[in-house]
Amino acid sequence: MDIALIGRIIPVFVQAAWTTVQISLLSLVLGLAVAALIAGLRLSHLAVLRFIGAAYVSVFRGTPALLQIFLLYFGGPQLGIQLEPFAAGAIALGLNIGAYMAESIRGGVLSVDRGQMEAARSLGFGEGQSMRWIVLPQAAKLMIRPLGVNAVALVKGTALVATISVVELTYTAQRFIGSTYKPFEIFAVTAVLYMIMVYGLTLVIDRLDRAYAEEA
Amino acid sequence: MTDVRPMIEVRGARKFFGPLEVLKGIDFSVARGQIVAVIGPSGSGKSTLLRSINHLETLDGGEVWLDGVQVNQTLARRPFERHINSVRQQMGMVFQHFNLFPHLSVAENITIAPMKLKGMAKADARALALKMLDKVGLADKIDAFPARLSGGQKQRVAIARALAMQPKVMLFDEATSALDPELVDEVNLVMKQLAAEHMTMVIVTHEMRFAAEVADRVIFMADGAVVEEGKPDDLFRNPVQERTRSFLKKFLNG
Repeated sequence: MDIALIGRIIPVFVQAAWTTVQISLLSLVLGLAVAALIAGLRLSHLAVLRFIGAAYVSVFRGTPALLQIFLLYFGGPQLGIQLEPFAAGAIALGLNIGAYMAESIRGGVLSVDRGQMEAARSLGFGEGQSMRWIVLPQAAKLMIRPLGVNAVALVKGTALVATISVVELTYTAQRFIGSTYKPFEIFAVTAVLYMIMVYGLTLVIDRLDRAYAEEA
Repeated sequence: MTDVRPMIEVRGARKFFGPLEVLKGIDFSVARGQIVAVIGPSGSGKSTLLRSINHLETLDGGEVWLDGVQVNQTLARRPFERHINSVRQQMGMVFQHFNLFPHLSVAENITIAPMKLKGMAKADARALALKMLDKVGLADKIDAFPARLSGGQKQRVAIARALAMQPKVMLFDEATSALDPELVDEVNLVMKQLAAEHMTMVIVTHEMRFAAEVADRVIFMADGAVVEEGKPDDLFRNPVQERTRSFLKKFLNG
């Protein structure tokens, strides 16, 4: 065990972990926006919109995330979409996790008892108003856990963008192994840093969950 | 001269669930201030009929009128939404499972519709909520959350919530069926009080005794059709139809 090496690489690795955090946050924001849209489509009255939503989910859940990253980064230029590795990675991950998060949001909405919508409608609220004031506030609580699971998967999934040379944590680890031939030390440091990030995230999710639980 | 136009009128109401015809052409009307009880075995279509009055169920044929306005008129999607939302504001609905909003306090359950739909100021809405809660005997629960209430209290709040919109009619869909027996009376009491105030009501119920006590007219439904209707005394004591007799006999013996 090369303790000195560990000490030496930590500052660089913390820097790389920061890139992982940034790409996670960007993909998370994009993913949530996509998810809200897709869940809305999937819950629509119009069959064509439901179909578009369902198709999106099957495509993005039915193919490897790695392939989606490659498709955007390597295949994009052929369609005139030229992106930096960081942007391509964040967008591909966001589009991918959006499909999973859409299902979490949809699940939350569908878990609210049908009688809630009926009671709201019977008072004279429109469909949208009933959603906004009655169904969604209750669904939000039910979504936090599943969305948290998606977010944790996303943070770990950012390792995939190492393959298109985004200088994040896993990419940095691979580069250092190439020059030091000490894979154990380096992967151990990398793993600990991922665990710290995921732990931090689960603390945030727990807090949100509790905050919502107290409200009702 | 009082207004003789019926408050609710249903003409030729037909409804299918898939291949099953659950309403086979129902006609009935409810006069202003009248209380109609709808009884009948499970699956007779009585709840579907009630729910089609405020368009929670869409009829496949026939018409529903509220106070001279057709409820299920043919309009494009958006105009119909506006129309039905305004019609529903004039009809209070009470559900078997209460359907209180669990994320809102009792006060908010009652004030949300008057505030959001009628633009009532918060203080006025709260005063209204207090008045309605007073009516159902629950003024002290105004700041409680539904989870803290008993079934009977929940249903009384649900009635207060519906009344706060000052509806022209009240529809009760087996309002006491989900309650423990000892909690039924407190809800029935509130309904009787509304009856005394001449609220127009349609009550779908399994409770024959209550129907006999409170209703001006009783409609007996079976297999999606009205089998017999009349004054409670006549229908309960001297049913004409065999189907009514056998249904009532089961109830009285059971």
